[in-house]
Amino acid sequence: MLGMVLKRLMLAIPSLIGVVIVTFLLTRALPGDPAAYFAGPAATEEAVAQIRKQLGLDQPLPQQFVRYVGDLARGDMGVALTTGQPVTTEIMSRLPASAELTLLGLLVSVLVAVPLGILAATSPGSMIDHVCRIVTTAGVSLPVFFTGLVLVYVFYYQLGVAPAPLGRLDVFFSAPPQVTGFYLIDSLIARDGEVFVASLKQLLLPALTLAIFSLAPIARMTRASMLAVLGSEFVRTARASGLSPGTVIVTYAFRNAMLPVVTTLGMVFSFLLGANVLVEKVFAWPGIGSYAVEALIASDFAPVQGFVLTMAVMYVILNLLIDILYGLIDPRVRIEA
Amino acid sequence: MSDMAATPSAPTHGIGAVLRHAQYVIGENKVTGFAFGLFMLILLAALIGPYIVPYDPLASNTTAALQGPSAAHWFGTDQLGRDVFSRVIAATRLDFVIAVASVVLVFLMGGLAGVAAGFFGGWTDRIVSRIADTIMAFPLFVLAMGIVAALGNTVENIVLATAIVNFPLYARIARAEANVRREAGFVQAARLSGNGEFRILLGHILPNIMPIMVVQMSLTMGYAILNAAGLSFIGLGVRPPTPEWGIMVAEGAAFMVSGEWWIAFFPGLALMLAVFCFNLLGDGLRDIIDPQRRT
Repeated sequence: MLGMVLKRLMLAIPSLIGVVIVTFLLTRALPGDPAAYFAGPAATEEAVAQIRKQLGLDQPLPQQFVRYVGDLARGDMGVALTTGQPVTTEIMSRLPASAELTLLGLLVSVLVAVPLGILAATSPGSMIDHVCRIVTTAGVSLPVFFTGLVLVYVFYYQLGVAPAPLGRLDVFFSAPPQVTGFYLIDSLIARDGEVFVASLKQLLLPALTLAIFSLAPIARMTRASMLAVLGSEFVRTARASGLSPGTVIVTYAFRNAMLPVVTTLGMVFSFLLGANVLVEKVFAWPGIGSYAVEALIASDFAPVQGFVLTMAVMYVILNLLIDILYGLIDPRVRIEA
Repeated sequence: MSDMAATPSAPTHGIGAVLRHAQYVIGENKVTGFAFGLFMLILLAALIGPYIVPYDPLASNTTAALQGPSAAHWFGTDQLGRDVFSRVIAATRLDFVIAVASVVLVFLMGGLAGVAAGFFGGWTDRIVSRIADTIMAFPLFVLAMGIVAALGNTVENIVLATAIVNFPLYARIARAEANVRREAGFVQAARLSGNGEFRILLGHILPNIMPIMVVQMSLTMGYAILNAAGLSFIGLGVRPPTPEWGIMVAEGAAFMVSGEWWIAFFPGLALMLAVFCFNLLGDGLRDIIDPQRRT
């Protein structure tokens, strides 16, 4: 098992190198002179030259790259022009908000999609199979920002059951003392039931938006792989041996059917991390996505670059975790390594 | 097949046969037929939409601002009194053009690179696969944001960014399809009759994998529209007051919490229908061309 993890870690390194090179090239592709851009519109000729020297832009490209990697290794992603704050601190303080939202969205999505897919596969042609088909076809067509807005209109404006889509916590509450940065967990640690309920209320609609979005690929894959497994010989043997349908499905079919679903999770995360940006904008969520969007509109490139890099590194790590999870479920992968 | 057998006197070539085949294909699957009808509507709106809309999509009329849907304004009016229906229809062309342009671009980049990688193997394969892997290491929408931010905030760069993030998908499919045909009989026959490698690649391999690529293009059209609309929703690319679905939803978003739902709802609905249409059409085309992958 350890051998497999190490082997997989080695495979992640080229991806990380590629990610760093691409983000480096993206900054250097900025239109115009980055020094003049970082100096601001009112800067004098000397000020621009000084900034160019300071940023190392007077050196050849390979040396600039070495410097860039050195900065990254020290956790330095530059300074945001608009706020004057270091990008790394800002991203680190906002990351828990995005992570809490994305993970809850994924959790809801898996809890709905996997049973839906299994039920659809165990009774093909039934009502639930049709529901599954409609959900998977409609789910991929829905623009995630549109779903979010419709949910806000229905649950906030029409029914009045959801709070205003303005951030992580209502203004009447103060954030729980930070331990993990996840309000749900922190409020439980602080034994503050009111804050827990309030932050859960704020989280529900955006998490539901993300869940609807990621439901389709998971349900579709669960249904397809469950159908394939149920038609296989070992399931027939298990049935013929007189095992109950529940045992056959849960113990025999489910574990095998989950393998392709776990693989799909990688693709789902790619979509989810992107959709996160749009959902954060709709719900004024103070995560790293809305940080990047604000910076994009102000043409402030350092935060955008930091954001792209953070997201890509997280995505590489997530893929790594998915592969390790795959190894845990499927012993064959461990033996091969 | 019963239709074909029932009309033995049908012309086997010419326009009549093409129409008959199209009719058979659409009649075969009701859903594909519906999607095809929707596609025709979208195409029509993109072609002549701006000329037939009842109001000028850019003309504001503050006396008629924020009105709900009515007989005069089917989809209501926005905060500047512009007619939402006219804007939704007029926006079709821009969204459609962005999607088509990015899909064609990614076919030219990814499709050709993939075919070359699968056919030649070796270094070509290694370089193309490495590029595809690197792009795949990013969450796609995030990479598109980064590309547009770096290259400049224009519609052209939205097209380019959408094409780049789809590159791995096209390159991989084209590579796999070209690879299995590398030593096929017809390729060896072409080589034996003295064709050069490039000529075989473009004249023999490429036409053979075109059907699969066309299905892929249809399937990614929906994603391309969503991607472009998402980028303009967060304020990239298209600028107001240009009518475009993503930006119209963004403009109407603030009014959703105060009850003026129609400003964001109708452009969002148009967006959803367009994506839905392309997904169904892609699935239908795949069923016709490649029935084994039917799910």
